[in-house]
Amino acid sequence: MEVPILKQGEVLIATFQAALSDADLNHLRMGLVRQVVKFRSRAVIVDVTAMDVMDSFASRTLREIAHMIRLRGAETVIVGIQPEVAFAMVQLGLTLEGVATALDLEEGLAYLNEKFKTTN
Amino acid sequence: MSKRESITKESGTRSNSRVELVPSEAPSELLRELVAHLRQNRTQLREEWVVRITETRLLTAMTKEEIFAEATSVYDSYVEALETEAFEALQAYARNLSERIIPRGVETHEVVGIVLLLRDVLARSLFAKYQTDFKKLNRILDAYEPAANRIANTVAVGFVQERERVIRQQQEAIRELSTPVLQVRERLLILPIIGVIDPQRARQLTEQLLRGIRTNRAKVVVIDITGVAAMDVTVANHLVQTVEASRLLGATVIVTGLSPEIAQTLVTIGVDLGKMNTVGDLQGGIEQAERLLGYKVVTLAESR
Repeated sequence: MEVPILKQGEVLIATFQAALSDADLNHLRMGLVRQVVKFRSRAVIVDVTAMDVMDSFASRTLREIAHMIRLRGAETVIVGIQPEVAFAMVQLGLTLEGVATALDLEEGLAYLNEKFKTTN
Repeated sequence: MSKRESITKESGTRSNSRVELVPSEAPSELLRELVAHLRQNRTQLREEWVVRITETRLLTAMTKEEIFAEATSVYDSYVEALETEAFEALQAYARNLSERIIPRGVETHEVVGIVLLLRDVLARSLFAKYQTDFKKLNRILDAYEPAANRIANTVAVGFVQERERVIRQQQEAIRELSTPVLQVRERLLILPIIGVIDPQRARQLTEQLLRGIRTNRAKVVVIDITGVAAMDVTVANHLVQTVEASRLLGATVIVTGLSPEIAQTLVTIGVDLGKMNTVGDLQGGIEQAERLLGYKVVTLAESR
């Protein structure tokens, strides 16, 4: 199952569905990293609201996406991590350090708007 | 036990020829005689028992009158339990008694102590009564001792059970009361933690906080631990994990009111201070949270 990537102004939005295979995740990663330059996007939002389990591969992929996007000149915000998932991730040592997070899509967009305003 | 009974019976049959007793004198009959004796000497024995209780400094939390009143009812239930061999009533009484005296700080050893004292007082009176007839005394004691021990056991177990019930109830109450997640401003939550945190409570706190962040859409959380004197390494680690998990939900955590001991613990486990946002007291924490949220509190005079 492929993850659709939506373009919303200067932001790219990718929404994770419930069960993604490792191949899907790799595909998404490459897709985002390519499109962020193609569309001259300033930021990427990855919405993981639908994921009630996050394994180490998915978590590592999220971090890699964030770091690769930064190298491509944009910023990443991970939104919609579930409370239980958040605590499970921290216990496994997957803290996504250096990656911005927000409660949900709305919050993530608000955070980016604020940031765009100050940097313009 | 059975061996002892058979010996008693033998000696009983042998002595029958001399001491005119019913041949089939059963333990229950002995008990009846015993109970009659205890009823007859109720006032004196009870008095003696109370004196012994005061002498050994038991039940110091209660007044003399109270001890006497309790002693009277304990004595009567004791004799009744001996007579009927029905321990349910005694058990219920023991539980009821415990309910009344536990809140006054009466300890387990005191309750067990007074029951054992009563046993001793009664045994002494039996010695005094039957000192001329050792065989009879033997048989009376054979009937008395198991019953008396069972009573002591019942009372002690009843007391301990009641105590445990109280403890369980209190734990339950603490669990329910202890973790309020409060919203003080739009998007600002406060989690005041008071008392001892064990790993179970820490887990519960985290769950409630993370859920609170989501339902209140909080951006900043102030965790105030002024009321926590110390925490062990496990709980300190848990606190750090809570801070990180909150960040994954997009909320910033400010920890306030760290005691010197907790600061020491956090330094010992090597917390990454870049991730922990700490402020000295709750007021400072709320002020910083307001800054983060873009609030500015001014007095009316200043705003004019």
